[in-house]
Amino acid sequence: MKCMGMTITEKILAKHAGLDRVEPGELINCKLDVVLANDVTAPVAIKEFAKLEIDRVFDKDRVVLVPDHFTPNKDIKSAEQCKEMRDFAHQFEITNYFEVGRMGIEHCLLPESGLVLPGDAIIGADSHTCTYGALGAFATGVGSTDMAAGMANGECWFKVPESIKFEYNGKPNKWVGGKDLILHTIGDVGVDGALYQAMEFTGEAIRELPMDGRFTMANMAIEAGGKNGIIAPDQTTIDYVEARAKRPYQVLASDDDAKYARVIEYDLSKIEPVVAFPHLPENTRPVSEAGSVEIDQVVIGSCTNGRIDDLRIAAKILDGHQVHRNVRVIVLPGTQKIYLQAMKEGLVEIFVQAGAVVSTPTCGPCLGGHMGILAKGERALATTNRNFVGRMGHPGSEVYLSGPAVAAASAILGRIGLPEEVGK
Amino acid sequence: MIFRGKSWKFGADVDTDAIIPARYLNTSDPIELAKHCMEDADPAFPSKMNHGDLIVAGKNFGCGSSREHAPIAIKAAGISCVIAKSFARIFFRNAINIGLPILECPEAAEEIREGDLVEVMAEKGVIQNLTTGKTYQAAPFPEFMQEIMNAGGLINHVRNKIAK
Repeated sequence: MKCMGMTITEKILAKHAGLDRVEPGELINCKLDVVLANDVTAPVAIKEFAKLEIDRVFDKDRVVLVPDHFTPNKDIKSAEQCKEMRDFAHQFEITNYFEVGRMGIEHCLLPESGLVLPGDAIIGADSHTCTYGALGAFATGVGSTDMAAGMANGECWFKVPESIKFEYNGKPNKWVGGKDLILHTIGDVGVDGALYQAMEFTGEAIRELPMDGRFTMANMAIEAGGKNGIIAPDQTTIDYVEARAKRPYQVLASDDDAKYARVIEYDLSKIEPVVAFPHLPENTRPVSEAGSVEIDQVVIGSCTNGRIDDLRIAAKILDGHQVHRNVRVIVLPGTQKIYLQAMKEGLVEIFVQAGAVVSTPTCGPCLGGHMGILAKGERALATTNRNFVGRMGHPGSEVYLSGPAVAAASAILGRIGLPEEVGK
Repeated sequence: MIFRGKSWKFGADVDTDAIIPARYLNTSDPIELAKHCMEDADPAFPSKMNHGDLIVAGKNFGCGSSREHAPIAIKAAGISCVIAKSFARIFFRNAINIGLPILECPEAAEEIREGDLVEVMAEKGVIQNLTTGKTYQAAPFPEFMQEIMNAGGLINHVRNKIAK
């Protein structure tokens, strides 16, 4: 009897578990390629790691530590947490510790640095670790204790997830990007629509989507409860990776007869620019049906939309315009390289001329850390990933989510609106 | 282990920002985190709950950020057990890894009312509502996870493996 085919997620997990095949529901132990933490999650992991009383990590080149959440240090307590991580990195000779000035938002930085590659199995003590699925890797967020155990032995246990296949066909409407596709999807399936499952993004529109848009989509798999988001590598992926990889990688794809829990198809001709209303990412509406929602702040950046393509789109819309007098705009390039590229292309000048501030890379406002906290009753439109109660500041504030085109247009309008409304 | 306490009800999709807002994540001290447990879902919660009480919630409890500070805050606040219709997966792992008892039981999560006195036999997954007299059976944990829990969390489990 011929065995049923496997999905790309199952193939990666099987290889890392040393098995020929795995089935959804199976509990397996996997070897890890990369283990990641940041300045908020590492201190808890370091405390747990210390309990093991061992004098080395499993591989000092495969542990990645990025101070990106509350950096540059926002207060004394945050400075202490960063110092704890820095001291640990020095003590255990961690190759990939990125100091302020060389760091970036972790999920922009790791792919850019070639540290995460197709076919990898990766855990990170950050829920948006699923971003790397855009490269055709299995990547998932875990807590600090899982990360500590991973640092010690380079292994992690997983329950093999069922996969849902999302197929996107047709040509995108104007100003529709990866963010609109993933928000539309989350709006459709709900914030637990893919709970414990792999979200595999496929179809003609995904093949046409540039890497930056793919990272945006995989990044928000967690917002549908997904264990991982994944896109099988194609020429776009290989072109991106070839310029960066310093070790071999493995290009895998789902078999034609792979088994899916569900197959969901989307026709792009029916998807318009999307905005998610408070307080869940599933509360989506087409921007054209948003009504008149006035805003106090716009945030363009984050691990979801802080890449060069995102900044290019925002700059294209802001060029020659002024930010609305009632709005504060904060632009956060994802990494130092992206920052430099944005300067070279004149994007930073466009932002500053328009009346926006351009910040050093940080997660800052996305999680209500620093660099743009909201007061009670204030409302922000952000290209970030979460709009929970209190996410960007006071519990009585509100966050709306969109892609960079809608965010930039809304910054000019002073309310949530479309690029067409500012003549684009 | 047997727990007995008053139940506090929460709705669906309680996220980890509501359990412990990021503005308090500049520390990982459990006692500090406990002071703000569930603050953005119910600001009075840390002051009105008692040691040993239970949280009973809807679907997808603990969604969002991977912050382990969330189950740490709940455990350090003195909550003995969380019963929910379902858990977000990272929270589920974190709770097992740090030894916060959690039970998935849609029927109990639906029917238990705020203030009901509830008794839980964690290993067996038996939930008894002492106020109404009704008993529920939660989904049992796979043996593998039971091993982690029996070892007292993931770190002890890994330490035992390294020692072998």
